[in-house]
Amino acid sequence: MAIKDELGRLGETIAAGYLERCGLRIIDRNWRCKQGELDLVAIDGTQTVFVEVKARSSVAFGHPFEAITPVKLRRLRALAGQWREQHPEATGGYRIDAVAVLWEGEPQPKVEHLKGIR
Amino acid sequence: MGVVRTRAVALLGMDGSIVEIEADYSSQLPSFVIIGLPDAALGEAKDRVQTAVANSGLELPSRRLTVNLSPASLPKHGSGFDLAIAIAALGAAGKIDPTTTEKVVHLGELGLDGRLRPIPGILPAVATAVAAGIETVMVPSGNAREAELVPNARIVPVASLRDAAIWHGAQLEPVAVDPILNSTVSVEESRQIDFADVVGGTDAIEAMVVAAAGGHHAMLLGPPGSGKTMLAERLPGILPDLDVHAALEVSSVRSLSGMAVGDRLQSRPPFEAPHHTATAASLIGGGSRNIRPGAAARASGGVLFLDEAPEFNSSVLDSLRQPLESGVITINRANAVAHFPGKFQLLLAANPCPCGQYGARDSECTCPPAARRRYLGRLSGPLLDRIDIQLRVERVTTAALRISTEGPRITTAVAKTRVQEARAASKSRLEGTPWDRNSMVPGSWLRGSKFRLEPNRTRSLDRALERGGITMRGYDRVLRLAWTLADLEAATRPTSDHIGRALYLRKGIM
Repeated sequence: MAIKDELGRLGETIAAGYLERCGLRIIDRNWRCKQGELDLVAIDGTQTVFVEVKARSSVAFGHPFEAITPVKLRRLRALAGQWREQHPEATGGYRIDAVAVLWEGEPQPKVEHLKGIR
Repeated sequence: MGVVRTRAVALLGMDGSIVEIEADYSSQLPSFVIIGLPDAALGEAKDRVQTAVANSGLELPSRRLTVNLSPASLPKHGSGFDLAIAIAALGAAGKIDPTTTEKVVHLGELGLDGRLRPIPGILPAVATAVAAGIETVMVPSGNAREAELVPNARIVPVASLRDAAIWHGAQLEPVAVDPILNSTVSVEESRQIDFADVVGGTDAIEAMVVAAAGGHHAMLLGPPGSGKTMLAERLPGILPDLDVHAALEVSSVRSLSGMAVGDRLQSRPPFEAPHHTATAASLIGGGSRNIRPGAAARASGGVLFLDEAPEFNSSVLDSLRQPLESGVITINRANAVAHFPGKFQLLLAANPCPCGQYGARDSECTCPPAARRRYLGRLSGPLLDRIDIQLRVERVTTAALRISTEGPRITTAVAKTRVQEARAASKSRLEGTPWDRNSMVPGSWLRGSKFRLEPNRTRSLDRALERGGITMRGYDRVLRLAWTLADLEAATRPTSDHIGRALYLRKGIM
């Protein structure tokens, strides 16, 4: 496994831990379908939250959030629709969140969380 | 964080308005949005600002930055908002003190390395800020001397965005950079041309002195080689120095045109001589977004010389009628109206016919009468009606050459002193009126009870009016000229001799 993929998996674990500490309940991880993959799916109160996790070891190629382009965001919305089609039990509203995990060699990674990105 | 405000100036012609720039970060994916009618150059500010901030050793958050330029309906153009946008963004990011940013007007374009580039139109922009009650203006180092010409302004010159941030309280070590400077050409070139160079044509020189003393518009008609252009080029030399207000106006127009302003206000009247292929836009100003001043605005306070006047497009010439009347050039666009000063003195030169020889004593005109009539007919009646002095100039004869080499000549220095004395005389007479030179005074005022001349003085003029040689409007113009002639000779009122000479200056062509 390449280092970046390892960092990606680790980032998802860190993000999941962070969200749980924030009171969200993770209900799905790495859900896949034909169009792609949803990193995390969580429940926040009545809302379903689809989370895109970006992990980086440096900002040399930009902040992790800058990697979420409008195209990527569009794909996330399509994936969210697919997921809801297959999970009719989730009735409330939904939103898309982004979590950035930046681990530049310090003991603790830096986690940033954007709610309801557009 | 939270909304942080700074100020900048949007210019429309000579009129500026204060623009408030708000910046705010929201918890969204990183992006940079500028709203409030920016044009293409201003829209590109986001890339300049982001790179300049990064290269200044500062950092902006990876969030969505919204910059609003208000009033939102006012169109804004150019790169002069870069500094204000960068300072607002740094304030919103908490990198600098947001309380000081609001009380300062920021002007300047950013380079990618974070240095500040000089921008055109600094002078009117700083004047706008001061008039709006904001004395502190941050400008690029290259514009500092120009900005300091505005009275009562507190100018903060900065070489780079880093220096600007430090001034606003950023915790940074100053780094010395080479400031980007404007080309520093001296504006006031020495005028070596003198009236003493003009051979013969004594009454033409006298007419120039009268034009300068009273601020009268003039037209010179004569064959090629009669010295029309020589005379015209020497007219600005005998005009008095500009006062502070006029000098600020002249320098502001230069600044708007992107010309060098130098390190002090221009005190000499400008001289503009556009070519006869000039368009209306080049003469009175124009442009679709950024409305720029034309030759007439640049000549405000000085002389606008149109050589070969009948060769100009007649619609171009007639576009000068409105500024001649009001002293203000107004340019209307669908979304805006721009004003420029238009207090120029118009000087026309023309040949009497297409071949140029009509009326010359030493050669024959080959033009058919119809062509001759058509030629001068291109100058419209309403335009000629505004020209007080209409004089015929002749080629130099050997006798005149002999006289002028032996006899005394009128020099520019002597003529300038006479003009200054005459201007002082008319100014003291016109004290308490809205006018300060004879050409501005309406005829009704001159014919009014206080300044009415006795019938025996105006007899020749009255007869010309009776015979239909002049119109009522022409009558008033002759009166004005007569007052200028009287001022030049330190007479308290015009005599019948002054009236006669004024009539000659007005009707010398026919």
